[in-house]
Amino acid sequence: MSKEYKCHKISGGKVKGELLFSKDGLCFYLIDPKTGEVIEKEHCLYKQSIANKILVFPYGKGSSVVQADGMYQLKMTSMNPAGMIVINADTTLAASAIILDAPMVNKMDSTFYDDLPNGTMVELDADNGLLTVL
Amino acid sequence: MYLTDEEQKMLNGDYGEGTQLAMKILAAIGEAYDAPKMVPVSRTHVALSNQEADLWFAEKLVNGGAKCRVRPTVNPSFNLEQFQQITTIDKEDEETVKRTHAAYNKLGAIMTYNCTPYLEKNIPYFGEVISFSESSATPFVNSVYGARTNRESAQSALCSAITGVTPYYGFLLKENRAGQVLVHVEADMDDDFAYQMLGYFAPQKIGFDIPVFEGIHNPSKEALMNLGAQLNTGGNVALYHILGFTPEALTMEDAFQGKKPTKEVTITNADLKAMREEISDASGKIDFALYGCPHLTIDQISTIADLVNGKKLAVPLFIMTSSLTRSLTKKMGYMDIIRAAGGEIVEDTCMDQPCWKFLYGKKGITDSPKCAYYTKRRDMQFVIAPLKDSVLAALKGEY
Repeated sequence: MSKEYKCHKISGGKVKGELLFSKDGLCFYLIDPKTGEVIEKEHCLYKQSIANKILVFPYGKGSSVVQADGMYQLKMTSMNPAGMIVINADTTLAASAIILDAPMVNKMDSTFYDDLPNGTMVELDADNGLLTVL
Repeated sequence: MYLTDEEQKMLNGDYGEGTQLAMKILAAIGEAYDAPKMVPVSRTHVALSNQEADLWFAEKLVNGGAKCRVRPTVNPSFNLEQFQQITTIDKEDEETVKRTHAAYNKLGAIMTYNCTPYLEKNIPYFGEVISFSESSATPFVNSVYGARTNRESAQSALCSAITGVTPYYGFLLKENRAGQVLVHVEADMDDDFAYQMLGYFAPQKIGFDIPVFEGIHNPSKEALMNLGAQLNTGGNVALYHILGFTPEALTMEDAFQGKKPTKEVTITNADLKAMREEISDASGKIDFALYGCPHLTIDQISTIADLVNGKKLAVPLFIMTSSLTRSLTKKMGYMDIIRAAGGEIVEDTCMDQPCWKFLYGKKGITDSPKCAYYTKRRDMQFVIAPLKDSVLAALKGEY
């Protein structure tokens, strides 16, 4: 049986993709919408693309405007992450995901973080609060 | 989540698609945070940004016939007329700024175009439940006034302006407002710039916890504006307390609501110096000076006017402020002094706007880490220095 992890819906949707872990918080405005690459020099994902990944990060960074605008631009160029898994979801981040219909969850089973490496193919069912390893 | 009959009507679409969308989004946010119900808001501020997502969302609401029940004040975009005197504005950018204006005007927003509503035009009182976006505004109204708002996004605050309600969770509840980390400030907080650095650095030590600063005495309104703006840029701190100063922290007992701090940290001069070295561009020749992230107050502008009075700036100097403050600078003679030196004061404008294209690829000086952080997208480099030092640098052309 495939491994499953429970989580909590912030913004609905069901998507598949590879896990990409970030230990740093994310500001979606500082991701290049042309390439999906992080442009913040100090960031652990600097020059890596987040496009189509299931992006796992601790929290959002940035003002009340830039998260939604960053996500919107990534969506317009199809460089957006397929789904997002966060630990601390502030209202700015959660509202941006909801407005842009971008699947997002929090409160992931703590074992998830120990069990799964970067690149694991998963299905994230945000509506039902379930992540399945494929 | 419990909804009143009126809220249910909004959700059902009885008031049109725009209001329905706004209520749908608030209900989804409420569910994400397990809010039991909505509560009325009596004040709102929307971080209008004149950017793609902002315009897309505002027009979607307009097309759905939405009107604000609690009219918000709004953040700056850029002042087209004033910038057409300074530079050439692309047709496309002119169109966007006009469309954004039209959309918000139709929604019934109060077109203040200012990011410091908490100093003029939209000042809440203690305990008032409100919905404020804008990263310098949220910490100020929560912390300095003791009003209650979550860290709203521009769009969630706009949804609250339209529906007149917000989900009941987070900082709206007293028990979620208790201090968590005790921060001993040992740095010399002797000018407003020190508060910029304290704000930008503190999140590295406190993470997501609510800080209670100890060792800060009589901060100016500019210091508090800087502290909040940077706490919420360097991190996500939308509420802080200053022991013996802010209204929910007059005593240790109040600040932590009877609990013990989860940890204690100390911040020194060395921490603030290291932070500044990390985020500031190297010193040397500069091409321009830019101030007003957040918008400068009349007192800050008078400081600049005094420094440049009767002198010639070596590089262009731009000040962003509210239209009210700009009008004061005319009446008080500061505008003439600053213009005679080669500087300019613009209203209704944010640094993160396409009107600054003529500065892209150049190196500027500013007193605000927030200004430098967001302009990474726009290929602008900044030396970050205290206000007075940076004006002196603009007179010389180097720092």
